[in-house]
Amino acid sequence: MLTNKVAVDEAPVGVNADAKPRKKRSQMHDVWKRFRKSRTAMFGLFIIIALIILALSAEILAPADAINPGYDIQDLGNTFAPPGGEHIFGTDNFGRDIFARIAHGARISLYVGFVVVSISMVTGVTLGALSGYYSGIIDNVIMRIIDILLAIPFLLLAVSIVAALGPGLRNVMIAVGVAGIPGYARIVRASVLSVREQEFIEAARSVGANNFRIITRHILPNCMAPIIVQATMGMAGAILSAAALSFIGLGIQPPQPEWGAMLAESRRFMRDHWHMVMFPGVAIATVIFGLNMIGDGLRDAFDPRLKK
Amino acid sequence: MHKFILKRLGMMLPVLVGVMFVIFTLTYITPGDPVMMILGDQAAQEDIVNLRAELGLDQPFLVQFGMFVANTMQFNFGTSFTTGRPVLEEIGFRFPTTMQLAAMSVVISVLIGIPLGILSAVKQYTIFDNGATIIGLLGVSIPNFWLGMMLIILFSVNLGWFPTTGFETPMHWVLPSFTIGISSAAIIMRMTRSSMLEVIRQDYIRTARAKGQKESKIIVSHALKNALIPVITVVGLQFGLLLGGAILTETIYAIPGLGRFMVESIQRRDYPIIQGGVLLLALVFSFVNLLVDILYAFVDPRIRSQYK
Repeated sequence: MLTNKVAVDEAPVGVNADAKPRKKRSQMHDVWKRFRKSRTAMFGLFIIIALIILALSAEILAPADAINPGYDIQDLGNTFAPPGGEHIFGTDNFGRDIFARIAHGARISLYVGFVVVSISMVTGVTLGALSGYYSGIIDNVIMRIIDILLAIPFLLLAVSIVAALGPGLRNVMIAVGVAGIPGYARIVRASVLSVREQEFIEAARSVGANNFRIITRHILPNCMAPIIVQATMGMAGAILSAAALSFIGLGIQPPQPEWGAMLAESRRFMRDHWHMVMFPGVAIATVIFGLNMIGDGLRDAFDPRLKK
Repeated sequence: MHKFILKRLGMMLPVLVGVMFVIFTLTYITPGDPVMMILGDQAAQEDIVNLRAELGLDQPFLVQFGMFVANTMQFNFGTSFTTGRPVLEEIGFRFPTTMQLAAMSVVISVLIGIPLGILSAVKQYTIFDNGATIIGLLGVSIPNFWLGMMLIILFSVNLGWFPTTGFETPMHWVLPSFTIGISSAAIIMRMTRSSMLEVIRQDYIRTARAKGQKESKIIVSHALKNALIPVITVVGLQFGLLLGGAILTETIYAIPGLGRFMVESIQRRDYPIIQGGVLLLALVFSFVNLLVDILYAFVDPRIRSQYK
């Protein structure tokens, strides 16, 4: 089904090109129709949309006062307030509203997720496409590098990179991004290998398309399905790993309200104030849950074998 | 079979040298001078120059890397900056604890994941299956560092069933191994379920039913044998996740293992320890994957025959 799209895309010059946009729409339409049927996937989508709204409206829900940003307004007379009443998630050891911190933290998590996925996806897709398209020495060199990265357990690799670059949000994003490259590279390589030998590639080459054009216009569009699924699941992994690195003190520094860092702070008080532990963790789990369900749904929706 | 194992070992060696290169480079680019870290800020210029020569830090990059590889081959990982004791001694002393934790978690995840996956597949679309699927998705989504804290709050602080921290008695082992094992159990369960579903629909299963074989026997000795092949790979890959998870779990439960020690070493900038630790864990991970591949060839004659 995907092959058709490109074939139309590359219809000989002069043929009526009006058919193109309609075709394109119907392809996405197909996927969306199948995606929509899955209740769990729609639930996941609902969670993520709600989270984006929460992140966008953080400044409205928890506005800054004259001195401090909304996530760092302290009320030392009201520390460790239990959930309910004025503070629905309670307050922390500085009397800061936990809900305000989670809302602001949503911005950080989504930002981290996007940046990390961009780093891993751009690098991984490039490496995977080169590797799959040019077999031989290039393929060998790239794949051995990927093997090496895969030989170090994911979190351990991220930890070693952050340890070398130094703690901080930017370095965490680089570290998790680099650790995520092998996943994309492998998936893209595999699908490039299967597309490469098809006839429309030969056709494109015969009309004089160069390698760059063949890869970017003909091969990659046909590998989008697994890339999109991997990016969705990868974003869940990215947010989780970044939170884990912040949790062990390598990530974002206080008073920034990153969820993993909030959990790390709450550790000292967990015996007496469970609510400090509860809500940041629920926030992380909810995002991961939502993204995983969307990923599952997309995988099924893209799978032509399940098409009726 | 010998040929296969030798070939597989031969593939492992360059990857391990590559891993050494990555780890060495990461330490090399790290800002901060190890000599100053050992001698302190007040050191005399002469001492600095001498120690630098003694450690080989005045040599070019590749020479230093060569020395690193040569030393590593002789199990010489250098000495810790902070304690002054050999790295091998420091990490070797904590390594068994981490391995014990990882092994117990694997056992737990397999014991929970595989039976639930089988039941889920056999009773597809029943309440049990749906429930297990949702629990599985939750298990994948919950960050294990948060799960660990919640288990402490529930089972140690409130119910008083298990001790909160430490690793001395079997009672200490329960919560940490479950903390790491549960998310892997969820992944293994999902994999077992989908693999079983694929196998159960095949013709030879129908044949077995047709000849009047007992259902329990069909599931256990016909279906499971084939369904387990992809599951074995997942279990092997989980081991990497478990080793990474140990960093977090050991921190939460204050377990005197390698993971927690490495986190502390990162904070103390004790690079020889980090280098040695990552290298050792990567080696273990590669070795486990080697075992998985051998096991794979052992259960699946089709794979074995490729290496004849």
